[in-house]
Amino acid sequence: MQVPLSAYLILSAFLFIVGVVGVATRRNALIIFMCIELMLNAVNLTFLAFARFLNSMDGQIFVFFVMVVAAAEVAVGLAIIIAIYRNRETVDVAELNLLKW
Amino acid sequence: MLDNLWLVPVWPLLGFLGNGFFGRRIGKRAVGMIACGSVGLSLLSALLAVGELLALPHGVRVTQVVAPWIDSGNFQADWGLLLDPLSAVMILVVSGVGFLIHVYSIGYMHEDPDYPRFFTYLNLFTFSMLMLVLANNYLLLYVFWEAVGLCSYLLIGFWFEKKSAADAGKKAFIVNRVGDFGFALGVMLLWTSLGTLQYDQVFASAPAQFPAGGAVVTAITLLLFVGATGKSAQLPLYVWLPDAMEGPTPVSALIHAATMVTAGIYMVARSAPLFELAPLSLSVVAWIGGLTAVFAATIALVQNDIKRIIAYSTISQLGYMFLGCGVGAYAAGIFHLMTHAFFKALLFLGAGSVIHGLSGEQDIRKMGGLRKRMPITAFTFLIGALANAGIFFSAGFWSKDEILYGAIASGHVGVWALGAASAFLTAFYMMRCYYLTFEGRPRVEEKAAHHLHESPPVMTVPLIVLALFSAFVGFVGFPPEHGVYHRFVEPVFAVAGGVESHAVPADVWTMAGISLAVAVAGLLVATRFYVWRPETPARMVERYPKAYQVLLNKYYVDELYDALFVEPIRRGSFWLWRQFDDRVIDGSVNGVAAIVRVGSAVLRRVQTGYVLDYVLSFLVGVVAILGYLAFWR
Repeated sequence: MQVPLSAYLILSAFLFIVGVVGVATRRNALIIFMCIELMLNAVNLTFLAFARFLNSMDGQIFVFFVMVVAAAEVAVGLAIIIAIYRNRETVDVAELNLLKW
Repeated sequence: MLDNLWLVPVWPLLGFLGNGFFGRRIGKRAVGMIACGSVGLSLLSALLAVGELLALPHGVRVTQVVAPWIDSGNFQADWGLLLDPLSAVMILVVSGVGFLIHVYSIGYMHEDPDYPRFFTYLNLFTFSMLMLVLANNYLLLYVFWEAVGLCSYLLIGFWFEKKSAADAGKKAFIVNRVGDFGFALGVMLLWTSLGTLQYDQVFASAPAQFPAGGAVVTAITLLLFVGATGKSAQLPLYVWLPDAMEGPTPVSALIHAATMVTAGIYMVARSAPLFELAPLSLSVVAWIGGLTAVFAATIALVQNDIKRIIAYSTISQLGYMFLGCGVGAYAAGIFHLMTHAFFKALLFLGAGSVIHGLSGEQDIRKMGGLRKRMPITAFTFLIGALANAGIFFSAGFWSKDEILYGAIASGHVGVWALGAASAFLTAFYMMRCYYLTFEGRPRVEEKAAHHLHESPPVMTVPLIVLALFSAFVGFVGFPPEHGVYHRFVEPVFAVAGGVESHAVPADVWTMAGISLAVAVAGLLVATRFYVWRPETPARMVERYPKAYQVLLNKYYVDELYDALFVEPIRRGSFWLWRQFDDRVIDGSVNGVAAIVRVGSAVLRRVQTGYVLDYVLSFLVGVVAILGYLAFWR
């Protein structure tokens, strides 16, 4: 029996929600980054599911783009976190509150 | 010259601009020469213009429109100049006496650090006064009426670091403003009734538009007269003139004796056709003139500051001039204006010479016996005093007598009595002033006596010239009706119907005799009080202490005005300041700022600086948009 499309989509949605909750809740900057990656991968899954079920290559190509962007973003983001750590001795976002009024 | 009438006032304007901009850089000699030269050129231009006017057929007036000014709908007013016998007399007086005073000031103001500013203001004044008397419409008259008021303020408060001088300047300007308000209302009423403000058009259409004695023309003339009472220091707006003595003495001579204060009389004389249509206003003019003449003379009897005596004398003599106009003897009023300009300027400049010689002393109780050390000043002052008193031969006699004759000949016995009483008092206080200043035992203080000297020629020569005029200029008005002066100005005042032509000539000599007797009586009483029986004044004070106090304190009028007007206004202003300006206006402006401050204090709490809060708002927004797109569309 073939796996229905809805199964993939539900899995994607679930992963995405976990990612969102993680970004909104966690205090460690690296964990937030991992949750962002999780969201991106959930979206990749959605693209691939639709590519398979609509018999279109567009979805698969788009996943490439997403992965490239994710990689670039991780590179820059980690560089920023390292810079922050060197300055503030912490990666806890709760302590980065210089813009508080 | 008649084609270029504008040249007459323009020289002092150039002097004003030159000295105003460059005065401090060109040195005292140049400043003096520019200032006196410009008025001298004015005098020359005026003489040429009047000469040409005399050559024209009798009664012709010359109008020159220098430039259009306002032309809006049915209202039109131009920069127009009018030369007729009346303005001819005025420009000669203003430029002539003005020139002598400018020359005198070179000596008097020599030590003053603000020498250029003085001459700048003096030239500005001369320009304004010449324009005032040459204007051919009421609007231009009003503009320069205000301008001379401004110059008066600037010159009275010339030594503005002295509080009393600054206050006196303010007082002059504010009291004048009250009068000017009336004047402005009169001019506006004139325009709404006649649609024009040009003299020739107004006087031509007035008899047709205004029934004799009608309410409108009476209102107009009374309002115009209110302006005149302010500018010419009559009851009740005279209070600024004695205080104006804070200014330098040449200023007192020029502005507060010879010229600016005469603007009111000029204006009444100029408006004679209107006043002739309002007999009630003429009565008011005559009575106010007469009452002021006596009132001011009584105050002058006991004053101890030499300039104050002469100031009250000026107020009194201006009352005389209004008396003359009020009984229809306009020519006599203007004649007295002319003679008064000479002898009053002479008296003030003489007083200035005394003050200068005594290094600043002005109290006549600390003078005495100055004749020996200041003979020219003393002699010319005596001539001026005799002229002011109206003693025979001097110019003052002819002009004063003519006014009194005009009063009695037209049946105004009441004002004649006031005039005669004032003549008696005038003779008395003028001789008192002369005797206490120049005769008797010297009472001069040591430090002043040290430097006592006759003034330099630049000051004494104008005194001598003015004394000659004070003595002899009266003859241009003799005999009345046929003298040079009267035939010259007759066309201007023809509308008044010629009061002088009323009665039998014999009456003229009787009245002249009475005038002379009154004046001589005053002189003799003064001589008794101050030369033959010098203990008399002290005895009079002992016998009538309360009357003396009232007169010495000027009838407490200043205190009265203070209580009636100044204090309530000051308290009202204070209330407005504290309650309205501080509370309402500042409150609302500060209130707006307070609202912003409180509002921002509330709103800034959004900025927590905590990134995850921002993420949360981000997510809420995304959900909202997606929900909208999914379910509402």
